[in-house]
Amino acid sequence: MTAPDELDSGLAALGALTDGVRRAAYRAVLAAGTGPVGRDEVAEALGVGRTLAAFHLDKLVGAGLLEVSYARRSGRAGPGAGRPAKLYRASAAEHAVSVPPRDYRTAAELLAESVERSGADTALFDVAREHGRRTPPGTDVRELLAAHGYLPVETPAGIQLTNCPFHRLAEQFPPLICGMNLAMVNGLLEGAGAAAGWHARMDAAPGRCCVVVSKNKSD
Amino acid sequence: MTSAFHLAQFNVARLRAPLTDPSIAEFVAGLDIINALADAAPGFVWRLAEGPDGDATTVRPLAEDIIVTMSVWDSVESLRAFSYQSAHLDYLRRRRDWFLPHDLPASLVLWWVPTGHLPTVEEACERLDLVAAGPSPEAFTFRRTFPAPELTTRR
Repeated sequence: MTAPDELDSGLAALGALTDGVRRAAYRAVLAAGTGPVGRDEVAEALGVGRTLAAFHLDKLVGAGLLEVSYARRSGRAGPGAGRPAKLYRASAAEHAVSVPPRDYRTAAELLAESVERSGADTALFDVAREHGRRTPPGTDVRELLAAHGYLPVETPAGIQLTNCPFHRLAEQFPPLICGMNLAMVNGLLEGAGAAAGWHARMDAAPGRCCVVVSKNKSD
Repeated sequence: MTSAFHLAQFNVARLRAPLTDPSIAEFVAGLDIINALADAAPGFVWRLAEGPDGDATTVRPLAEDIIVTMSVWDSVESLRAFSYQSAHLDYLRRRRDWFLPHDLPASLVLWWVPTGHLPTVEEACERLDLVAAGPSPEAFTFRRTFPAPELTTRR
């Protein structure tokens, strides 16, 4: 999807990630899921000093890849609670650069609209499930989900997926794309040989993937 | 929050079989659950309901096998959150288990109504025809929404 002006803005954002330490800082923020993180946590994750971590985090903010918020982390409020900490989270903006110019997003939107219009949702779900099943067996469930871009985070109930790899399309065609996604995740679990212990189900909520992965009840 | 306009929603779907058919049982079983979810959702204002079951399944303005829903919300965001960020989404995902493609001009239309106005089914059918010609401030969908009219343009 890359007309000349989009190429410029996309490259400006992605260019900020060419530095290895900065890229690791970006990954550390993403890995934290939906909750914002402070420079101390990123510094610790990277094994670098707080000043260097803050430098890279602020560069990522400048490039539009991260957003800043301020909050007191101690749980205290009011006088004496201390200065609010500067916290970072991933920006919702998407950046895609393609050379030569390609426009798969428009193609995906047209295909999705056609499937909706013809009522062929089930065909898409079947294809997505078969696609997932082709994953090699034996992969660890968390690694499997991470490899597909879901940014999995463990919760008491199972695994929450903090990133939707199909976000833009899912916003436009929620029942179709979220249904496709659910079928694909279940297919991945089957392909990996993990379906006996895990299953995916819909649990729609704002700010994360509509699918959650839960442990099967053992009896 | 008081605003001069609320968002109206009208949806149509063609049943694969009558509501009494076993193949539609899970949809019928979900009706009360989903209606209760809507009634309790933030921003919910009103929904079309009649008859002993308190739902809209007896309203068939377009064809005998076409059921409708109509509701009013305080904002696009409220309706979007209920539609796509609640348990309702899983029912939408399964729509092809219960509904067939139809040859009506559109399946969903959204439009702004003055606060306090309860839209009629007749009015809703007109909006459905309008949206088929493309989204406009008078009739649109989630894929392209329009802001509520300015207060000054109100008669």
